[in-house]
Order: sequence, then C-alpha cells, then structure tokens
Amino acid sequence: MTSTMVDPFHDIAPDPEVAREIDPGLPREDKVFHLVARAIGIAVLAIMGAIGLFLGAQSIPTFARYGLGFFTENQWQPENDTLGISAVLVGTFTVALVALAIAFPLALTTAIYISEYAKPRAKSMLISLIDLMAAVPSIIWGLWGFFLLQPKALHFSHWLHTHLGWVPFFHVDTDPEAASWAQSRYTASAFIAGIAVSMMVLPMAAAVMIHVFGQAPIGEREAALGLGSTKWGMVRTVVLPFGRGGIIGGSMLSLGRALGETIAVVLIISPAFDIKFRPLEVGTSTVSALIAGRFGEATSAQLSALLCAGFVLFIITLIINTLAAMIVSRSRSGAQE
Amino acid sequence: MTATIDRASETAAPSPFAPPDETVTDTPRVLNSRTPDDALSFWGSLVGSGALVWLLYTQILPFSGRIGFVVCWFIAFLVMYAGVTAMGNPRNVVVDRLMSAIVRSGALFVFGTLATAVVFTFMRGVEALTNVNFFTDDMAGVRPTSTLDNGGILHAIVGSLIEVGLAVIVTLPLGIGCAVYMNEVGGKFSKVVRTIVEAMTALPSIVAGLFIYTTLIVTLGLSRTGIAAAAAIGVMMLPIIARSADVVLRVMPGGLREASLALGASKWQTVKQVVLPTVRPGLATALILGIARGVGETSPVLLTSGASTYFNANPTNEPMNSLPLFVFSAVRSGEPLFIARGFGAAMVLLLLVLILFIITRFLARQKVGRR
Repeated sequence: MTSTMVDPFHDIAPDPEVAREIDPGLPREDKVFHLVARAIGIAVLAIMGAIGLFLGAQSIPTFARYGLGFFTENQWQPENDTLGISAVLVGTFTVALVALAIAFPLALTTAIYISEYAKPRAKSMLISLIDLMAAVPSIIWGLWGFFLLQPKALHFSHWLHTHLGWVPFFHVDTDPEAASWAQSRYTASAFIAGIAVSMMVLPMAAAVMIHVFGQAPIGEREAALGLGSTKWGMVRTVVLPFGRGGIIGGSMLSLGRALGETIAVVLIISPAFDIKFRPLEVGTSTVSALIAGRFGEATSAQLSALLCAGFVLFIITLIINTLAAMIVSRSRSGAQE
Repeated sequence: MTATIDRASETAAPSPFAPPDETVTDTPRVLNSRTPDDALSFWGSLVGSGALVWLLYTQILPFSGRIGFVVCWFIAFLVMYAGVTAMGNPRNVVVDRLMSAIVRSGALFVFGTLATAVVFTFMRGVEALTNVNFFTDDMAGVRPTSTLDNGGILHAIVGSLIEVGLAVIVTLPLGIGCAVYMNEVGGKFSKVVRTIVEAMTALPSIVAGLFIYTTLIVTLGLSRTGIAAAAAIGVMMLPIIARSADVVLRVMPGGLREASLALGASKWQTVKQVVLPTVRPGLATALILGIARGVGETSPVLLTSGASTYFNANPTNEPMNSLPLFVFSAVRSGEPLFIARGFGAAMVLLLLVLILFIITRFLARQKVGRR
C-alpha cells in the first residue's frame, strides 16, 4: 500500500519488496539450551522406552511357547513345563480389591474430614501427616500386618466365616464351629494382606480427594449453607458431586499401586496357586509375590516367563492409571490441569 | 475486642443517630454454633452406649475380644446418637450429626492406625535400638541367635545411603532436565516423552528390579553389587521424579515466564533466573518425596543387591546390604533376637524417612518466608 504513495523518505526507507526478517532465530545460548534439554528428553525416553520394549520383547518367547494357555493355566511348575498366571492374576486382583474396599471408605471420610471438618490450623498439619503416611516404607506396613494385625484379624476372619459363611466369598474350607477352630486356616490370607496393602494405598487416594475437595467453588458452598443446608448437606450436594472425578480417579490410582505391591504381600501370604475367590482362607499368590519368590532359582526361560508376568502386570496397571487420569481430567474439578 | 474499642471511639464523636449518653458495647456473636444440646447428646450417647454394650457384651452375651467390643460400641453409639438427636431435631440435623460422627471417626481411625504402626515398630525395636553397637557395628560373624549387644546395622545404613545417593545423582538431573524440556522447550516430540514418562510411572517396583536383574546380572554377568541396586532404584525413581517435577513446572504461573521473555531475556536466562528459582520449593518437595520412596522400597534391592552381612562401602564390588532388605531378611529368619534387630532397623528406616520429610516441610515453608 505504501509503495503506491509518494514517499518523501523513499531513499532511506528499506526496500518494500524485501521482507524484513521478523524472527532472527534463537540466540546461541538458547540453541545450546534446546540441544541439551532435548538430549536429556531423548535420553529419558530411550531409558524408559527400552524398559518397555525389553519387557515386551522378553514376553514374545513365552507367549509363543505357551500361547493363550499362559493366561488360563493356574499352576507355576517350571519343572513340569506348566506355567500360567491365571491363579496369580486372580490373587493379585483379590488382594487389590480387598485393599480398595477397605481403603476407599476410610480415604473418603479422612479426605472429607480434613477438607471440610478440620480446623484451618490443623488442616495443613493433617495434610502433611497424610503425605507422611504415603512415605512410610511398605516394609513397615508389612511388619505391622504380619506381627500386629494378623493375630487379631484371624479372629475377625473366623467371625465372618461363622456368621456369613453361607456367602461363597466368606467361605473357608474348615469347620468354623469346631471346639478348637483351625486358626492356621485363617492366617496368611489375601484378606490380611489386603488390609496391610490398604493402609499403603489409602494416603494416595486421600491426597487426590483432598486436593479435589479443596477446589469445590466457595460460591456454591456458601449458596448451599445460605439456603439453610447443614454442613453434611453442603458436603453431599456441593463437595461430593464436584469431586466425583477425583474420588473415582484417586481410588483407581491407588488400585494401580495396590496391584504392584510386593513386600507386604510377600511377608504375609503363603504361596498357593489355586484359582479361588475365598480371600479369608490361607494361601494366595500375586504377580509381584511370584516374581519375588521365584526369580532366584529361575533359568533364562523361566526368567522370561517371569518378565512376561511382570509385563502383563505393568500393562494392567498402565490401563488403570490411564483411565484414572482420564476420569480426573475430564471431570469438572480436573479442568485446571 | 479491638472492634469494640474502635466503635466506642467513633461514637464518642457526636452522631445524629446514636442516643448521646448510651455507650455502645458490641459483644461479637459466638460463631461456633455448638449448643449444650449438641455436646450433651454426643457425650450422653457415648457413655450410654458404652455402658449398654459393656453390660450386654461382657456380662450377658457369650462374646469376648476387645476389637469386637469397640465395633459394637461404635454401632450402638451411632444408633443411640441418632435416636437422641431425633427426639428434638428435624431429620436433616440427625443425618448431619450422624455423618459428622462417621467422618470424624473414619479420620480418627486412619490416624490411629498410622500411630499404631509407628508405635508398634518402635516398641518392638527399642530393645535393639538401645545398644550403641547397633549403629556402629556390622553383622559380620554375628550368628542370628547372638545377643543384641554385638552386631549392628551400620552396613545396611551406609548401603542404603550409598545406593540411594547414586540413584539420585543420576536421576535428579535427568528427571529435572526432562521436566524442563517438556515444559520450556516443548514441541511435538516432548508430548511423546511426556506420554512415555507418565506411562512408566505405572511400572511396578518389582518389575523395575527384575529388569535390572535380567539385564545387568543375568545377561551381562555382573555380580550383585550396590551399583546394580542403585540402577534398580534409579529405574523406579526416574519416572516418579520426572513426573512430579513436570507437574510442579506446569502449574507455575505463566505471567512470570512471559514477563522475563518480554524483557528480552533468552529462554535459558528465563529458565535459570525465573523458572527454577520460582518452583524451587515445590521441586524440592517433589524430589524428596521421590527419594523417600526410593529409600523405603524393598523390592528392587531384593533382586539386585544381595544381602551381605559385612561392611562394604564400595558399590562396584561385592554385595551391599540396605535397610529395607536387612529388615526383610531379619524378620523372615524367625529368630526372636534377629527379628528384634529387624524392627530396630525398621525404626531407623522410618526415622530416615521422617528426617527427609521434615526437610521437605522446611523447604516448602521457605516459599512463604521469602516472598
């Protein structure tokens, strides 16, 4: 446009036909910075990707050898060449679901208490206590479960069996009414391991829930209270619906953690490879306990089978974590991230 | 009280609205809406249900056991509390009080359980912890049945510190660098990196250990050493640290970053002078929590380090024990004295985590102090 006008500065103005360089490119130190940062990114990607690929590649010979039978066989007897993870998968899920069934209500009430009922001054201290609980090493919960909980919990198992034994889920293969009931049938069970694991995953779920509840809009809370709602009425109609995504997502994250938990489970359970849905009864096995118990004596083929079992566990955890992340980010409360 | 004084001094000036010689003394309304009715129905129900359950449970019905008693007491309390409240209040107050009781007792139960775990570990470990040699000796030549005044866990403490230290030296720059790359450089490729890093946080720690065991120890034929254990811990920690650093960087306000860039700073200057100093407390918190996780995790070291009994500060040669592994092997031995050592080591481990945690709180608080 300007070129059509008579321009008094025509001689000194830059040639309008040549576009001025708008982007001079990055300064040299930024080029170095980008290069280094990208190199670190690639290194991390390579390490992480290598682990995933390695696990996947190691699983191929096992899948080729055992086919789908790997998922349906329940025994793990390398000496007879029968290997399968159906029993350990069932055990893994039993322990994790028992843990979740205990952790979920406790995490929810703790989160509601900390975010709604606790005094403001106590609140930050309680939140750090929950963080501290998340940092308690799993072996501590293992010791707690084995030495403190088990002698008490087996009476509870026995009570459940005596009074609710007609539900297959609470059945144990022994006579509950016997004069001296068989205590050993109730020890080392998926139920007791599940309680120990629940204490480990509880703070994780509670932390997500506290975070989400804290974001419930203050205007809606005040509206509920202003309309004459009681505190619980406000929590039920404002906080809980707002935090639904966080409640579900946090619980799923803790489920993912519960699936992979090793040491507490290894300490408590006694290994057994039957497919059963009787968590109160002695003996179960999980994928991680299987790995911890069998890696030492494994030949390279068995090691590949163990890696394959680990890979399956990883994929399951990955799916659960991804679903949890999707639920949290799609919900109203997760919109900020 | 200051409000009262202010109001009084205001009314000292002649005001057309206030009667001249009446001094206004405002007493602020009590905001805490707890009435005697609330307190009495709570304590009354608590005591009443306790007495009722004591009578039925221990005297009339053939029940026994402390846990059963507490559970019955709790249920009876809820029923009684609801009943007492319903006598003089509408239904929504009953529900409110009931849910308040349930929420509070749930939280109390959780913190009580945490306390039992800590106290129990301490009680069982105190026997071993009171011996000085427990902190200054190793277990070389000490039989499982030996008394607690010989042998100690120095080798495990040093081993844990070396293994985790090595893992942190490698994963810290990688993790933070990766997070900086994902947030400050960006681009399509960084999305791939972020996806993979988030996916790998799902890696169970035992599988990380098994990966290192298979590659370094079985395939490459290395022996079980501290460095293998450090590698396993590092593989487990890297996605955790990268992810939490990423989250911290992502929530940093963009205005600061943009202000720096608009003033003509280069991207590197922005990262070095603005981004990293701003997020430093959050970054430190995330990192130390990752480290606490690495110190406490047993499963990677179980497969890779080998449980030695003697002192070894050389991570490249010979097995190296660590605290969680020592605890694990000690309690599995079945010897009462050795189990006591295990509990002592568990308490030391717990204290180590607690110290890391207190450092975290301290660093997180600096944020308030500096700005």
